[in-house]
Amino acid sequence: MSALIKVKSLSKKFGDNQVFKDINFEVTEGSVTVIIGPSGSGKTTILRSLNALETPEAGTVTVGDFKIDYAQHPNKAAIAQLRSHSGMVFQGNNLFGNLTAIQNITVGPVKAQGLSKDEANKEASELLKLVGLAGKENAYPHELSGGQQQRVGIARALALKPDVLLFDEPTSALDPELVGEVLSVMRRLAKQGWTMVVVTHEMRFARQVADQVIFIDHGKIVEHGTPDQILENPKKARTKEFLRRIIGDFEI
Amino acid sequence: MDSSSSWQLAKDSLWPLLQGMVLGTIPLTGISFVLGLVVALLVALARISSVKFLRAIAATFVSLIRGTPLLLQLFIIFYGLPSLGIVLDPWPSAIVAFSLNVGGYAAETIRAAILSVPKGQWEAAATVGLSRGATLRQIVLPQAARVAVPPLSNTLISLVKDTSLASAVLVTEILRKAQELAAPTFQFFLLYGIAAIYYWIVSQLLTVLQGQLEKRLNQKVAR
Repeated sequence: MSALIKVKSLSKKFGDNQVFKDINFEVTEGSVTVIIGPSGSGKTTILRSLNALETPEAGTVTVGDFKIDYAQHPNKAAIAQLRSHSGMVFQGNNLFGNLTAIQNITVGPVKAQGLSKDEANKEASELLKLVGLAGKENAYPHELSGGQQQRVGIARALALKPDVLLFDEPTSALDPELVGEVLSVMRRLAKQGWTMVVVTHEMRFARQVADQVIFIDHGKIVEHGTPDQILENPKKARTKEFLRRIIGDFEI
Repeated sequence: MDSSSSWQLAKDSLWPLLQGMVLGTIPLTGISFVLGLVVALLVALARISSVKFLRAIAATFVSLIRGTPLLLQLFIIFYGLPSLGIVLDPWPSAIVAFSLNVGGYAAETIRAAILSVPKGQWEAAATVGLSRGATLRQIVLPQAARVAVPPLSNTLISLVKDTSLASAVLVTEILRKAQELAAPTFQFFLLYGIAAIYYWIVSQLLTVLQGQLEKRLNQKVAR
């Protein structure tokens, strides 16, 4: 299978702070890539660079046949085109508070992609069914639980029919008992063949669903490979240390 | 004047004063408030724009409006502008002055309300392909409205009473009506008292409306 996403020599600074440097990786079409790493390692910023929510100083991101070169200071149109290839699910869901669940899902397709309202509503209802929220069309975000909100967020991303789904710690802000329902929707999407890039601390999800795991620390890719290679048999000391800490098996 | 003739004057004045309220004060307030909000939105957007020049103009405008008395602003437009060759009738003068004044004050309210909408809403809108303008209209302003309604209601209720200053540039609103009725009779306490009651009633009505509007907006976007 061909690489749907190619990231080359991506670097970003906030002031004097080098957030990440010389990031290179590829994502195969239909695969699930999980990015793991300690907080502050730059993993979320890397994910957000895939749709220009962050603008690195240098490096290129290619999604499908569209390539953006951050060193060339891409204009609004280029950034909009890059974004049109991806759908994003946020840590805090960022649902539009003034819109109902179905309006949250249809606003992009109708206002940005020119889909008719009827068609968009029909598709949105199907998507709500897919994420297990049939009948919640007219609920406002504040009337939904955190897990339900996040599933609407996933439906909103799917409605754009993107080439790739980006997940930024989709379960980190949820109560533990709500994590499962979101992860199970994500598993279903992976099975359906969606290309996904997921920043998460859910190691079980990574082990079961990921095709590729990337471990990032201090703004660099320390190692990457299959879940088996990275999570079961890590080669680098920093990876081992991180996994020990996250599994809770370490001495204080 | 004995008390029965005072009573008669009060009764005879109720209708002309109500006319002053309904045909003068209320339309002057309504038109100025709506135009003022348009000015305020434009100034607020200029204040948060990335263009330094726009930010500077908007900040200067707000500072001039807030730094000078409203009565003086009215006088400059009605009595001052003619010496520059711009002659406006009382009504247009008053509307221009009040609109600009509301614009200056409400701009800060609207700016703060827009900034109170979390950045994540802008980001999410960008990822679903909405332009900045569409994001503002569809997502941000409706949420900002909830934050802005209480302070803007204050501005509106103040404006109802501030329009009494228009009597000084010959607009026949309720206060001027009261002055006209009081002058020949010297019944200042009586007529100004009735005018005060009318102002109070209108302010109370607006307060009730504000409460209902807030409730409606909160049902939608409570967080």
